Amino acid sequence: MAAITLLVNGKRHTVEVEPSTPLLYVLRNDLDLTGPRFGCGLGQCGACTVLIGGEAVRSCVRPVSQAANVEITTLEGLSKDGVLHPIQQAWLDEQVPACGFCQNGQMLTAKALLDKTPNPTDAQIREGMRRTLCRCMTYYRINAAVKLAAKRMA
Amino acid sequence: MAPHSGDVENARLRAFGASARRVARRDFLRASGLMVASVAAISVEGVEAFLQRPAAAGPYPDPDFLQLDSWIVIRPDNTATFFVGKTDLGQGTGTAFRQIMADELDIDFAKTSCVMGSTDVTVDQGGSGGSDALQTDGYPMRRVAAEARRVLLEMASTHFGVPVTALAVSDGVVSTKTGDSADRGITYGELIGGKKFNVTLTGKNTDTTTGRAPLKAVQEMKNVGKSPRRDDIPAKVDGTQRWAVDMKVPGMLHARNVRPPMVGATLKAIDESSVKAVPGFVKVVSKGNYVAVVCEREEQAIRAARELKVEWTPPATKPFPPSEDLFTYMRATAPSSSSAPTVTGDVDTAILGAATTLQAQYDIPFQGHTAFGPAHALADPSNGQLTIYSNDMKSYGLRNGVARFLNIPREMVRVVWMQGPQAYGRTAAEDAGFEAAFLAHELQRPVRLQWSRQEETAWDTKGPAYAISMRGALDAQGQVVALDFDARAADHNHVGYNEHDTVLIAQLTGQRKAEPARGRASFPSDKYAIPARRLRGSVVPLPLAWETPVRMGNLRDPDGPQVTFASESFIDELAAAAKADPVAFRLGLLERGTGDDAGHKRVRSIACLKAAAQKFGWTPRPAPGPVPTADVVTGRGVAYSYRSETVAVEMVEVEVNRRTGRVWVKRIVCAHDCGLVINPEALTRTLEGGLLHSVSRALYEEARFDDTKMLSVDWVSSPTLTHADVPESIEIVQVNGDPNPNRPDLPHYGAGETVCKPMLAAVANAVFDATGVRMRRLPFTPARVLAALKA
Repeated sequence: MAAITLLVNGKRHTVEVEPSTPLLYVLRNDLDLTGPRFGCGLGQCGACTVLIGGEAVRSCVRPVSQAANVEITTLEGLSKDGVLHPIQQAWLDEQVPACGFCQNGQMLTAKALLDKTPNPTDAQIREGMRRTLCRCMTYYRINAAVKLAAKRMA
Repeated sequence: MAPHSGDVENARLRAFGASARRVARRDFLRASGLMVASVAAISVEGVEAFLQRPAAAGPYPDPDFLQLDSWIVIRPDNTATFFVGKTDLGQGTGTAFRQIMADELDIDFAKTSCVMGSTDVTVDQGGSGGSDALQTDGYPMRRVAAEARRVLLEMASTHFGVPVTALAVSDGVVSTKTGDSADRGITYGELIGGKKFNVTLTGKNTDTTTGRAPLKAVQEMKNVGKSPRRDDIPAKVDGTQRWAVDMKVPGMLHARNVRPPMVGATLKAIDESSVKAVPGFVKVVSKGNYVAVVCEREEQAIRAARELKVEWTPPATKPFPPSEDLFTYMRATAPSSSSAPTVTGDVDTAILGAATTLQAQYDIPFQGHTAFGPAHALADPSNGQLTIYSNDMKSYGLRNGVARFLNIPREMVRVVWMQGPQAYGRTAAEDAGFEAAFLAHELQRPVRLQWSRQEETAWDTKGPAYAISMRGALDAQGQVVALDFDARAADHNHVGYNEHDTVLIAQLTGQRKAEPARGRASFPSDKYAIPARRLRGSVVPLPLAWETPVRMGNLRDPDGPQVTFASESFIDELAAAAKADPVAFRLGLLERGTGDDAGHKRVRSIACLKAAAQKFGWTPRPAPGPVPTADVVTGRGVAYSYRSETVAVEMVEVEVNRRTGRVWVKRIVCAHDCGLVINPEALTRTLEGGLLHSVSRALYEEARFDDTKMLSVDWVSSPTLTHADVPESIEIVQVNGDPNPNRPDLPHYGAGETVCKPMLAAVANAVFDATGVRMRRLPFTPARVLAALKA
């Protein structure tokens, strides 16, 4: 066990855990931030995505010790002052989620994509999003929502 | 006594109807035990006025479906909550129920909410299944809402001292039609005044429950046909949604299963010392061949499951043939059962005398649910009862099954239904629910169990594999004169929903039933007029029936995609042999029909086919198209089917890369007739998802195994459709092909599963159109397409 300091959504937390514990379980079980979800534990599906330094990171395979003292953003931290982020608003306006279980990863992956590529081509969206899976197959609406968000954020 | 945390969850369900699937953080914290609730905290939120049933401390008797109060609560502030025994898996049925019930009740849609699927607060409507939410359950919901309106109007009649016929109601406010200024409107909330209805309904079961009030004519329904946004989406977008997987209660432990490394193995020994040193280790629980580890923290349980040393004795016989040899095996193995053939005319004679005969075999592998979030449940025995937090779509069945499995009174058990990863049938959520209940019962502590990805992909139930043989014949004019369908389904020991003697833990602990279910082979659903037709089906067993990951359960339809792949591919082969346009060929087969057209399915099929062709811009010509020369070639395909009363015609445009073998479904047009549409936008999105799920099944999905274990165990070894495959366009045409589309009782049929049926054949037909090559073995992976192109 070790004391590890995490900076999540602008707040500082200190947790006592095994340093090798994947960040996902600390966020969900110690900090009660359940936006990131367990989908595979293998870094294959994207359900557990968080933003670290602007990168979309798979928290199920990132040891908590490697996430200390860096700014982490979870889905809960995406809106500001009760106002949805334009990506969230686009997801709402396109009525994207079905079951919704994967949408944390979809929205945060889209955030990282649009931060780097504000006006992505269709090919860039396909490439940027293709490692984030959805089994309800909402991809068609996700594609539309990414484009809508890009337009609004321009 | 401080209420059990589950009581607060229960109270929350009652008090915060609309937010039952949109739990406010504060309430969840109470429910989860992170903030200790008190009785006072409940009362200040005014819950007691709406409590319908005894305190949630348990036991948990069934809500009485013959009491109006079990279905509808109207509060003094003129808001209404509907309690329905269905579960919304992300198709928007909850929103649709609000629409139809608000219409019958005559209350503002915005002032309604819907509580779904928790066994102690909603009547048992069976949860979800069969796409029947609106087709079957929508009607009792409408009837009870209409009855509530009738009773409220009687109260208003007394209040105003005028007959009911002299009253008008709008958005939950009743006034006199004369508009006398002294008779200001009175709200439903004021009329019922925080009391119960105390109205007894009639009916044998929840499907037939009714009051005395008639239903409204469709033309009088204001919310039906409009598209209010789904009420479950905001919380799924802003991060406040609490899922079954997020549920926490005080003192909760974490568990993980340990499955045998080779299928059919017998447990020999467990070396508990191998995990004693894992921090937070609590216990190894084993019974028969079921093994689980329990720890204080989740990551500890994962580690202990990985490190536990278990000795297994390999099975004496191989559990199954390798999946690559499956279809050879299925065709060579004696069936364990056969269904009675359906025969019209004399198929053999018609084939003998035909101008052209054709035969083909189609192979459809096992395909899994492969839920995006592995199976999970939390079971809490800490109030002397047993509460299970689960996303199982059949929460009532889970409750009953667990009670039987543990041999405890069912009134002791309740299932709190919460949102979860996609569930389109008999998923492993049921197995996890039983396992969590078993562990909690053993330890007498709350246990949260979650399967691993490998466990989910390997051990969830599979849609049965099919080996289908077809023969057909054309006369000299190119008309179909005979069709012979013969299906073999690997469906022996098909498990039902929440059966206490077939769930995985019942099998592994030796509590399974003696005789496996027979399973079945299904037949295609179409309205083609073919003079001689024979449909035969049989079931072939795999060598190992029990304790195997190749276990069959309902997966979205559940046999339609398989049999329709064969039947609608073969119709296309017949059309090609007749050198006929595939749409015109199908239209001819439908229009030749003269028999009884119950439910107008034949005329609605014709309407859908025409609507799809128009939207697609389908110009008649036979398939295949011109001989391909380019690397990337384009083709189009059509397929059609129905499920129950709902009809779907699908057309696709595909690109086939002849160099890489990649198939891309570039454009989809779907014409869909499910009768009266309640929420067109939600329906459109549901259909889009269903269509793409079937594209995924056409191109990617197969549960693969060698002769001892599953090879499909994660997203690398078991790939699925991704963003890279998104079509350029999906166009849904909502058809109303009813011969009298304006009738006041136009029925609302089911949606969700029908679209899953035609797509596999539509893609195969488009690949044929593009390349001239017929794909008869699913899925159409690049390797399989390349091999077919070279053959």
